[in-house]
Amino acid sequence: MAAQRLVVVGASLAGLRAVEAARKSGFDGAITLIGGEEHLPYDRPPLSKAFLDDAAQPVPTYRDRSALEGGLGVDVLLGSPARALDTQSRVVEAGDRSVPYDALVIATGAAARRLPGTDDLAGVHTLRTVDDAIAVRAALDAGARTVVIGAGLIGSEVASGARKRGLPATVLEALPTPLVRAIGQVMGPACASLHTTHGTDLRCGVTATAIEGNGKVERVTLSDGTTLDADLVVVGIGTVPCTDWLAESGVQIADGIVADDTLATTAPGVYAAGDVVRWRNPAFDTSMRLEHWTSAAEQGALAARNALDPSAAKPYSTVPYFWSDWYGTRIQFVGVAGDADVTVVDGDIESHRFVALYHRGDRLVGALTLDRPTEIMKYRGLIARRVSWSDALAFAGTRKAARDNRGAAPV
Amino acid sequence: MRIALDRDKCTGIGLCESFASDVFEVDDDGGLIIHGETVPEEYRDAVLQAIEGCPTEALRLVES
Repeated sequence: MAAQRLVVVGASLAGLRAVEAARKSGFDGAITLIGGEEHLPYDRPPLSKAFLDDAAQPVPTYRDRSALEGGLGVDVLLGSPARALDTQSRVVEAGDRSVPYDALVIATGAAARRLPGTDDLAGVHTLRTVDDAIAVRAALDAGARTVVIGAGLIGSEVASGARKRGLPATVLEALPTPLVRAIGQVMGPACASLHTTHGTDLRCGVTATAIEGNGKVERVTLSDGTTLDADLVVVGIGTVPCTDWLAESGVQIADGIVADDTLATTAPGVYAAGDVVRWRNPAFDTSMRLEHWTSAAEQGALAARNALDPSAAKPYSTVPYFWSDWYGTRIQFVGVAGDADVTVVDGDIESHRFVALYHRGDRLVGALTLDRPTEIMKYRGLIARRVSWSDALAFAGTRKAARDNRGAAPV
Repeated sequence: MRIALDRDKCTGIGLCESFASDVFEVDDDGGLIIHGETVPEEYRDAVLQAIEGCPTEALRLVES
């Protein structure tokens, strides 16, 4: 029998796209959207970018309540964290409600990893939710001396925001090289040097051994014995997929919810999308869990369509894409970095404007651009088409020649 | 059909180019170029995906 009741757990981007796609596909049964936060779905990328710049920036809410409830006919349950899932009787326990489903999409995302022992200290924040962003912005408004723990994308954007206001910022990275997981061993330092160029104190190979203050953070002590004065500490040390509530459900978990290429989990009628899912990506013939805007949006929509029509389920194949803005420089990456070999094919690292290509064996697997926004998506297409390394180099040569010609042309 | 672009919203992320590279192209400065006055019917599906995929909801389809 066709599904009558679709339940979507997780009211962020993936969850929103799931309910929208369900209606677009013609589903006219009941839809319930369950969110742990009190907020309507909102856009996260701006929270560590423009949102930090001034208090006039509004909360980037996607849809108002009337658009969701009236327009889409969705029953919206906010402030109701999912507590348990019974896959036999097909019921989600959320807040004080039991919500039955025929088809379920899980999009509970991931939570920012916290530093143990700092919960009672004011001025120590992660940056994942809009409440986090409001707190960080208020601290910057007050002229905070900022220490960022973890030189990842979010932490780096916060440091950039602090420097934009002329405030002192320090970034601590436990590893000798930043951003290894995101863009690889070779290019990590190329991006990280943006920090030093713009007056941020980047310290690699050190950890914070103590974060102290009288009710409010005052200083951070490092593993090398140094002490830094701080009014704001932003912890950006990764995330943990929100799967604790599924512990008794029988749904298979392995650093995220395990799903096949159609985003189907191991439980019947249950699909997963967004940061919480580890699915098999046909584009790279491997299982991956992404925390990117693009994949969350696309997986949310597809998971709902597949959940409502499993016999026609389509696979989700994607070339991962993320972007980040630091100190006015746009960083864009497509593909997978891993331990691929890297070649700069246009521009140079020192100028922070370049195109770098990644290859493994004879296949192009990734591209990184700094302030080369016209190039990046062309390589995303090539990676999806599995072009060879030599073809990728030939294409890059053509692009560079065209650029050089434009540069040489009289104005 | 035609595409209406809200330049105040567009941030040049380029997903539209990824879906429909014959229609959309981010330029060297991160601005968006839309190729051609009107969009050929054959690109309809790709353009709809691009509109749906835009992170800032800067694109709109105008039927003529």
